[in-house]
Amino acid sequence: MKKVFKLEDLDCANCAAKMERAICKVDGVHSASVNFMGQRLTLEAEDARFEDVLKEVVKVSKRVEPDCKILIR
Amino acid sequence: MKYQLTKKQKRNLIRIVCSLLAFLVIFIVDKSVVLGNVFSGSSSWVLPFILYLAVYIAIGYDVLWRAVRNIAHGQVFDENFLMCIATLGAFALAIYRGVSGEEIEGFDEACAVLLFYQVGEFFQDYATVRSRRSISALMDLRPDYANVIRGASNERVSPDEVAVGETILVNPGEKIPLDGIVVSGTASLDTKALTGESMPRDVAVGDTVISGSVNLDSQIEVRVEKEFYDSTVSKILDLVENAASEKSKAENFITKFAKYYTPAVVLVAVVLAVVPGAVTGMWSTWIYRALSFLVVSCPCALVISIPLSFFAGIGQASKYGILIKGSNYLEKFNKANIFVFDKTGTLTKGNFVIAGVTTADGVEKEELMRLAANAEQGSSHPIARSVLDAYGGEPDNTYVITNEAGEGVVAEKEGSRILAGNEKLMARYSIEYAPASGAGTVVYIAENDRYMGYILIGDEIKPEAKEVVGELNALGAKTVMLTGDNELTAARVASEIGVSEYKASLLPGDKVSEVESLLARKSEKEVLSFVGDGINDAPVLMRSDIGIAMGGVGSDAAIEASDIVLMHDDLKGIPLAKRIARKTMAVVYQNIIFSVAVKAAILILSALGLANMWVAVFGDVGVAVIAILNAMRVNGKYASDTERSR
Repeated sequence: MKKVFKLEDLDCANCAAKMERAICKVDGVHSASVNFMGQRLTLEAEDARFEDVLKEVVKVSKRVEPDCKILIR
Repeated sequence: MKYQLTKKQKRNLIRIVCSLLAFLVIFIVDKSVVLGNVFSGSSSWVLPFILYLAVYIAIGYDVLWRAVRNIAHGQVFDENFLMCIATLGAFALAIYRGVSGEEIEGFDEACAVLLFYQVGEFFQDYATVRSRRSISALMDLRPDYANVIRGASNERVSPDEVAVGETILVNPGEKIPLDGIVVSGTASLDTKALTGESMPRDVAVGDTVISGSVNLDSQIEVRVEKEFYDSTVSKILDLVENAASEKSKAENFITKFAKYYTPAVVLVAVVLAVVPGAVTGMWSTWIYRALSFLVVSCPCALVISIPLSFFAGIGQASKYGILIKGSNYLEKFNKANIFVFDKTGTLTKGNFVIAGVTTADGVEKEELMRLAANAEQGSSHPIARSVLDAYGGEPDNTYVITNEAGEGVVAEKEGSRILAGNEKLMARYSIEYAPASGAGTVVYIAENDRYMGYILIGDEIKPEAKEVVGELNALGAKTVMLTGDNELTAARVASEIGVSEYKASLLPGDKVSEVESLLARKSEKEVLSFVGDGINDAPVLMRSDIGIAMGGVGSDAAIEASDIVLMHDDLKGIPLAKRIARKTMAVVYQNIIFSVAVKAAILILSALGLANMWVAVFGDVGVAVIAILNAMRVNGKYASDTERSR
């Protein structure tokens, strides 16, 4: 399943890259792309555990880039 | 549109200006009176230290805080942290000098590094937010509400709360919130923002309307045909908002570079501090040089200038009604050198107009047109309509018209019998006619068994087609036209437009195989782009390296299948997009080379002791600012104002 999330307060381009790398390492994530200019996270993860994976992604990105919030609708 | 700073930016700007002023005052006083000599004794360094430290904290408390927080999260190569090490290290060195009785200096430097670092950060933020805004200008398309008729009353609701089948009311001046069909009223719609077409479109009961168009004059009721997320306006906004989520090779390169750059610089800095220090015993000199390294260790300037350039390119293109779905497509389109065009609706208008009128000896053109109009008056076929349009006047309605299926029409009245149709009709009535030369559909006209001439109906070539194809040819690109027309027609149109190759008599399915064979024949480096009007060519758009859909608004399949959408039905968008792509890529490469070169130069100079921390910080911030300014150059002008305003 592929979903796009809005990001808030993603302030530096390098942090975006760091976030992307960290998210890609999360178990269950197939691919992740953080778009700095568009302030968006495109996440592709296992269908069955998407919610759990997403929770982990939020946790990881909180650690890497505490200022940036992932907006989950 | 005037740019307004965000609240956060305003606060930051005030902080930077105040700190800068305070710093300058202290700095000037320090240089003229030497603050370190105000008090004598071994603790004389305390006064300048406290003054500079105050400014340092005022400007850098957030950096310090982030450094502490991120290090707690295990992020060693965090640029906030490295900046703090560099500046606090410089403070420590200065204190060491003070305590050991050497000349008091270095506090100003430590403070300045962080100050200029913040200036650079502010500038980056400003540039990013600003270019983000340029794209959100397109967001004006978004309808805010819908007036839905529920029961006896109207309710104003958010467009996504309206279901398919409900009826909405659109007042003059309002945006149509959802795609639908007019069920009552007539109105003129402004679709300029969607299609670039400046002529208002008149709609009446039964016509489809697309969301995002503006009702200009009178109230209409519309039955909703699509939910909001499925509506045209949502599709377009979605496309624009998600542009640039596909990353280009240049972006991937730079993020990969950044990944190794910071650890490498830090490592070298550590080696630089320890090894020569241990060998020579000049610890403070080498530690200072190592600290200068850390100042340059932040790759942010580099990392930001690349997506910023792409974003500027994509944003600029969208101002001309060209939607590019990602920076990788912009990068690829720069290399596009094979352009395959679908003929009908792309190179031609897809309508039928009179391409030529040839009269028999002794027949006036007006006479021929009058006869043709009289014969064709009852028909609603596009060919008949174009004949009547060309004639202009009122046809004689006393004729009795008989349709001869597959052949044409026969119109009769007292003393006159007009035949209008193809060669079969002429042959059946044994009329000698001069076979037509030229491409298109031919309508022969005869009156009272006398051949009068023929009218050639062609598909009108777009006025800009020749110029655009010529421009692409001049760039050394191969231009190919695909058409279902017969060989003769295709050859004519091809030579008129100037395409370098054409393929005729193709069935719709053949287009895919034709494009595939072109793809198979091209070399690795070449990029094939297919230009279609989006009607039933989605497979080809997907298959080609770059699919360009023209006038794609209203055709969901085209928007989804293509990589570039020309909202205006104007071929000039292609060379325009090409120019934007070229400029963007030039800026991207300049920025990569320039930033890497300057950073490398600063590193080497500081290692050799030829550059101090001042040079390092100016170099670092300077590179960022110059790279960003360079990226802003993409926001140039690519077409004359008249084109732009379309």
